[in-house]
Amino acid sequence: MSEPANRTQSRLLLALLLIPGVLWLVLLILLPHVDLAILSLKPHAGAGTQQLSLSQYGTFFEEPLYWHVFVRTALVSGLSTLLTLLVAFPIAWTIAKIAKERTRSYLFLACLIPFWISETVRTLGWMILLRESGVLPALLVKLGITNAPIEMLYHDATILIGLVYTSLLFMVVPLVSSLESLDNSLIEAAYDLGGKGLTVLRTIVLPHAAPGITAGCIVVFMMTLGNYLTPTLLGGKNSQWFTEQIYTQFITRFNWEQGAAFGFLLLSLSVAMVWAGLKVSGQQFADVMRRA
Amino acid sequence: MNRFVAMVLTLSVTLSPSAFGDDSKRLRIISWADYVPADVAAQFKKETGISVEVTLSNNEEMISKLRATGGAGFDLAQPSQDRIIGAQREFSIYKPLDLTKVKLDQFVPSLLETTRKNTTVNGQTYGLPYLWGTDGLVVNTKRAQINDFLDLCKPDFKGKTAMRLKRPTMMAFAFALGKDPFALYGDPKAYSALMEQVGATLIACKRNIKFFYDNKDQLLNGFRSGEITAAMMWDSGGWKLNRENPDILYIAPKSGALGWLDTYAIPAKGRNDAGAYAWINFTMRPDVAARITKVIGSFTASKGADALVDPLLQAQFAKSLPDAALKNIKWYPAIPSGLEEMEGRILDRVKAAN
Repeated sequence: MSEPANRTQSRLLLALLLIPGVLWLVLLILLPHVDLAILSLKPHAGAGTQQLSLSQYGTFFEEPLYWHVFVRTALVSGLSTLLTLLVAFPIAWTIAKIAKERTRSYLFLACLIPFWISETVRTLGWMILLRESGVLPALLVKLGITNAPIEMLYHDATILIGLVYTSLLFMVVPLVSSLESLDNSLIEAAYDLGGKGLTVLRTIVLPHAAPGITAGCIVVFMMTLGNYLTPTLLGGKNSQWFTEQIYTQFITRFNWEQGAAFGFLLLSLSVAMVWAGLKVSGQQFADVMRRA
Repeated sequence: MNRFVAMVLTLSVTLSPSAFGDDSKRLRIISWADYVPADVAAQFKKETGISVEVTLSNNEEMISKLRATGGAGFDLAQPSQDRIIGAQREFSIYKPLDLTKVKLDQFVPSLLETTRKNTTVNGQTYGLPYLWGTDGLVVNTKRAQINDFLDLCKPDFKGKTAMRLKRPTMMAFAFALGKDPFALYGDPKAYSALMEQVGATLIACKRNIKFFYDNKDQLLNGFRSGEITAAMMWDSGGWKLNRENPDILYIAPKSGALGWLDTYAIPAKGRNDAGAYAWINFTMRPDVAARITKVIGSFTASKGADALVDPLLQAQFAKSLPDAALKNIKWYPAIPSGLEEMEGRILDRVKAAN
């Protein structure tokens, strides 16, 4: 077989291999988004006109409720990402640096096992633990810490607990992989040169783990921002999450145009935060994604 | 209309594994929890060879799902009678019923008449009555004495009550405030002002509310564990709790219980109309209807089935809804389109208020 024919063949093969992925991207992600974008520019069905306009986006800024919820969702997501990082870092450090080979895989498994169960069931588990007639309030009464069972569900703090719990694994994995590649001798050298714990963390460990941290933060932030189940179930009567608002517009208000506009606002927020995160941490997108 | 989304959804419905069966041998129903009791479906299969597949839903979801597919994916839907015309005018998701295929003499005439009146557009009927019941108050009488919706907001019940954050709650509170929202359906301005007032009442009441429930089990468990003292709920749920704990009663509020009636409607692109009519005729047979009532605890539109219903439920019904309360039931008229959007904004505000 001649050389050019071989090349054509390998190119054909590459194209064939790419087809499922490209089809997936175009049919299930790109086209629906284009369609939603057009929808978001239309007036609400029944308004009479068909002229495209930004009125659905206008409603978002006019009605304080909507952008309050939007800002709230963004802030709580940011806070929950930070908390997830704080909780996940020691876990990742233990797995990557302290644990022995065998324990390491057991620890990893322990992190993984909860994710074998669906998110709904895990969230309901939290409800059983925290509700007024639930396990934890009863325990507090038994220990004499509170006189009567207190309601631990339906608070913002409950939402935070749920969100951190749900996204923990997605922070631990990239952290472990970036910490594992850190040469122990570097840390030893730093100590030998008289560095203190915090200095070593700041000058050696964090810079090395930065791509992993950024990757974890991006994934967790996006997951949290787009989470629907946890805030709805754990947040109760005051829970306000932007995804809930989108669901409401689509399903209970029959206002797809408004829902589509909200969806795009959430998407832009997500993209903006990822971009800002990369800028602030000085990371390259490709490098970060390889870690994630 | 959003053609692409509709196409993808239709495609996904069409490609679902069960779609490869014979359409005339299965009936896909979108309905409320418990509306298709398993043993009734089993008997239907035995008699007709048609297997019933149920998707659980509620009024809004039924409309939204059918709207997304242009009325495909299901062969029978069971929306409330007041939610049919508006959705039909806007989205054309149902097909007109062929009443010659229905054994109309099996229905209670008054319910049939009301439903036909409320679901007819351009001379075509889109709904037939299936089940009816009332929305009122469920209360644990050992802990509280209440007799109207506004009593749920009394300071003694802080964090001890529950309701749905949906339009029936707004209607109930409007009546409790001494107004008639249904009379204002044709006057958007006055109606909107009334809803604002209801919204303010609900916001002031919010400290009393432990949760806005989305499914009945959440509320039933709230009562069973003692976390909830009183709530707005429909009759069958209250009677169910009453059988478990005699202290818990369903009562019709002084301002009137709200009367709902859920229907049979055939989606525009349903593929088994014959099966749907067979199911309607089958479930309205008095012997079958009585069994359905036994499972759900609500009465059907089947004539003669009530006599076959178990005496305990009849006693509960008579106690909760004496003649005066029955006469005072507020039945939902068909909703003009547009109202729900405005109500929705107020509900959003109630949810957001602290």
